[in-house]
Amino acid sequence: MTDQMADEPTVAIPMTSGSAGHHPDRPLPGGRVDTWRHPVAVRITHWLNVTAVVVLIMSGLNILLAHPHLYWGVRSTFADPWLSFGQIPDWLLIPQGRNLAEARRWHFAFAWLFVLNGLAYLIFAWLSGRFRHRLWPTKGDISGFWPSVVEHARFYFPKDDEARTYNVIQKLTYLVMVLVVLPMMLVTGLSMSPGFNAIGGLLLDLMGGRQSARTLHFISAALIIGFIVIHVGLVIWTGFFNNMRAMITGWFVIEPADPAKGDPL
Amino acid sequence: MNRRRWMAGALATLGAAALSACGQTTSPVIMQALRMAEGLTRRAQRLLVPREALAPEYDASEISADFRANGSIDPAASDYVSLRDAGFVDYRLIIDGMVARPLSLSLDDLRARPSRTQITKHDCVEGWTSIGQWTGVRLETLLEEAGLNPEARYIVFYCFDALTQTEDGPRYYESIDLIDARHPQTILAYDMNGEVLAVPHGAPLRLRVERQLGYKQAKYIRRIEAVADFSHIEGGNGGYWEDQGYDWYAGI
Repeated sequence: MTDQMADEPTVAIPMTSGSAGHHPDRPLPGGRVDTWRHPVAVRITHWLNVTAVVVLIMSGLNILLAHPHLYWGVRSTFADPWLSFGQIPDWLLIPQGRNLAEARRWHFAFAWLFVLNGLAYLIFAWLSGRFRHRLWPTKGDISGFWPSVVEHARFYFPKDDEARTYNVIQKLTYLVMVLVVLPMMLVTGLSMSPGFNAIGGLLLDLMGGRQSARTLHFISAALIIGFIVIHVGLVIWTGFFNNMRAMITGWFVIEPADPAKGDPL
Repeated sequence: MNRRRWMAGALATLGAAALSACGQTTSPVIMQALRMAEGLTRRAQRLLVPREALAPEYDASEISADFRANGSIDPAASDYVSLRDAGFVDYRLIIDGMVARPLSLSLDDLRARPSRTQITKHDCVEGWTSIGQWTGVRLETLLEEAGLNPEARYIVFYCFDALTQTEDGPRYYESIDLIDARHPQTILAYDMNGEVLAVPHGAPLRLRVERQLGYKQAKYIRRIEAVADFSHIEGGNGGYWEDQGYDWYAGI
């Protein structure tokens, strides 16, 4: 993808750690700048993960309906569940209607996609330095945590060079998702497997027993659903087309902080 | 550009698979593809879990007071009812098929053999768990006595109960491979929680195969057959629920 850039005139634009050196900025009219944001490995693993997570949630809801009660501990206390669910509309289920046998097949097939794809992402993010450079908060990020919370609460989103890097809330959210919540789905899921329990007894005890593992599986899934709602909401709010283009082509347009400041081309 | 086109193609394929999920039932082609995951799961677990690795065992204080009885809880078949009404004195467990010495054993015969007692969890495919104490004879002990032929690969369990509760309804059956058949915790249980196994839980004899889900734990067993494959039995999928679309390998 760099070859098509060869004939472009070089424009002096400050480079920050946010953009990769071999994907120089492309200046656009009105002071806007096209910057390189997502490498192809991130884009592919992102969309595979979207597919896997959506199928896992919808088939998971179908599986939940087979016994829509949650408990804490090693066994079910049928007379005294911690939480019970009522009806879930068919359109939220895979397949579209209660069917435990088929839902399980969908769930475990896409669980393999989720795990292998997630592993590929983690290895890439580690080896490429993406964790260190893009996701790990800097000292400045940490001290600016509360001001950033206030900015978000006011629905102010960074522009210009500030938009080249993730802000501290983004960094922490993404890190917690990829290092804690998503792996938690696998750990709690495996802890429900009687086959895996034969070697994962310690993990099962750590979860507090099989029914706790099942409850934690649903709590983690609820956290993922919460993340999806906020994430998709912000993707739409902060420029749906630009954000989608970035996650499909890799290129992200940065608006100047003040349009008057931009150099007309 | 090629990379983009490839990515678009891959996404379109996944999208098509995801869209086909939006039906009351899944198309047979997609279902066949999804079924490959079952083989992957079984192979991965067989690779990771040593043959003799034991399912977790629990303390007596953790036994469920409300152990749920699921599926058949009171078989209506006349052959079962007459045995039950006579206290199972005429009950005989048949072990045949690919064995050197077919066996016919009464409950006293089974109780005369070495027993194993274990407190384990019962994980229903629906999602709930109950914990119970089981006492019975190891399946391996009986298979040794009967002498398995080298070509035997699966053990099939034929049961008295039909979920339709009719005389001619399909009787429950299950099958396991020899790895699970020879596992130390795989027993034919005649006692539960220190008492004679009650009818709702599978009297007089039920299977415990502790590294798999509840529907593999066949109740009301009348006959055990060693076979080379199970494609000729009933629906050909190795079990009553398997014939309704559930996985044969129920380790997850």
